[in-house]
Amino acid sequence: MCGIVGLFLKDRSLEPQLGALLTDMLITMTDRGPDSAGIAIYAQNAGDTAKLTVQSATPDEAFDGLADKLGTAIGAKATIERRDSHAVLSMPREKLDEARGYLRASHPDLRIMSSGDAVEIYKEVGLPKDVAERFSLSAMQGSHGIGHTRMATESAVTTDGAHPYSTGADQCLVHNGSLSNHNSLRRKLRRNGIEFESQNDTEVGAAYLTWKMQQGASLGEALEAGLEDLDGFYTFVVGTKDGFGVVRDPIACKPAVLAETDRYVAFGSEYRALVNLPGIEDAKVWEPEPATVYFWSH
Amino acid sequence: MQTIDLEATGLREMNSALQAQAKDTNQTAWEIVNPRGAHAIAVGLDAPIDVAVRGSTGYYCAGMNKQATVRVDGSAGPGVAENMMSGTVVIEGDASQYAGATGHGGTLVIKGNASSRCGISMKGIDIVVHGNVGHMSAFMAQSGNLVVCGDAGEALGDSIYEARLFVRGSVKSLGADCIEKEMRPEHLEILAELLERGGCDAKPEEFKRYGSARQLYNFNIDNAY
Repeated sequence: MCGIVGLFLKDRSLEPQLGALLTDMLITMTDRGPDSAGIAIYAQNAGDTAKLTVQSATPDEAFDGLADKLGTAIGAKATIERRDSHAVLSMPREKLDEARGYLRASHPDLRIMSSGDAVEIYKEVGLPKDVAERFSLSAMQGSHGIGHTRMATESAVTTDGAHPYSTGADQCLVHNGSLSNHNSLRRKLRRNGIEFESQNDTEVGAAYLTWKMQQGASLGEALEAGLEDLDGFYTFVVGTKDGFGVVRDPIACKPAVLAETDRYVAFGSEYRALVNLPGIEDAKVWEPEPATVYFWSH
Repeated sequence: MQTIDLEATGLREMNSALQAQAKDTNQTAWEIVNPRGAHAIAVGLDAPIDVAVRGSTGYYCAGMNKQATVRVDGSAGPGVAENMMSGTVVIEGDASQYAGATGHGGTLVIKGNASSRCGISMKGIDIVVHGNVGHMSAFMAQSGNLVVCGDAGEALGDSIYEARLFVRGSVKSLGADCIEKEMRPEHLEILAELLERGGCDAKPEEFKRYGSARQLYNFNIDNAY
């Protein structure tokens, strides 16, 4: 199974409520995925700073003095904001790649969850309500966000097995379904220099999109190509810096509901994830067509 | 009218109350408020009662229905009226995948669109869809009627047995062993009655009929056990 929720705000006055609305949607999808939960939230940093979200199994030691060490290494000011096992490191945008390189080389125990101008990814093992509480998701603000509740089928219940997956700067992917050609595709992508952290099928889907985009495809083109190259069942929801998209495989047996009003576009694996959204009674509610890429952006 | 607030009452208690109605109950009109997309609303009913659901439902609404009339004011999630035996289910909005699957009897009316696999393995149910149906509808349909006032998606009637399919709009593609068939007077008569029952103002003459070519393995007597 697995549950997906997504909320893309058109009305900026809803931005302070983004975390609260998404958290409610996420917890409603607990029945579909009680193993792990995760969220990608998009909140533009002020000025010319970018951010990296990192996760550690031993956050007390790992995050202690990390911003200073990072700042020294990149020769610029770096700040850290810790949330439970995750922390968001902010630094000047032009230092982002350097910071990433430093963390990979000097702190291999840290998992880099996301990088970019706006995205932050938080995910852990546990019931969605517990995961939401650990990260104070309901207090988060932003322009759009995607959440996932996982019922594991293809790989172990671990932090690395939880969604969302980063597919590049400010991009992420969540998945309901299972890919059946993930092993062969992983081998192919490895030969092309793509690195993997887990045995998870969705990570392969994410890496495939990253690879396609590295070759010059737009996100829409990468998703279209995925309809040919990814074998299996999927409803994907993807996030970008200024938008979000939905695509279902041609068989479309994994459920999906979209709702749109003047104020937002919302996605839920089931309608009940959407029932508390403001004005849902008057929203346009529909089921996305199979093998069709839907996309909204600011 | 008996009103049940699903949020206050809970799913099991609501379904138990509805299932407890006897054939000669005098509590014939029921209303479910606050459905909020919940699963398995009004399932397993077996009395001539009328149940109005004030909102949209999740998975398997009105499954296994016998005798009862269930009306959903909103849209229905996957598997609405699955394995219905008799009675009537009316969806004012859209229905998600496999609406009316394996139904043995009764009438399912969908006033909006139905998604993929509508009427999959239907065994005698009559399904009237005012809008479109998605891909693989009436897959392995065995008996009954599927009426589509709009368009049908890919692979309509794949591996169909004896069900009748009537489509007014376009058919994206026909599934294996499904063909267009002649619309004879008796079919127009059947269709007119179905359209009336489903509350459609369409004319039977506007439809095409599809059914089995009877060429697949099972239709060859030499393959019988």
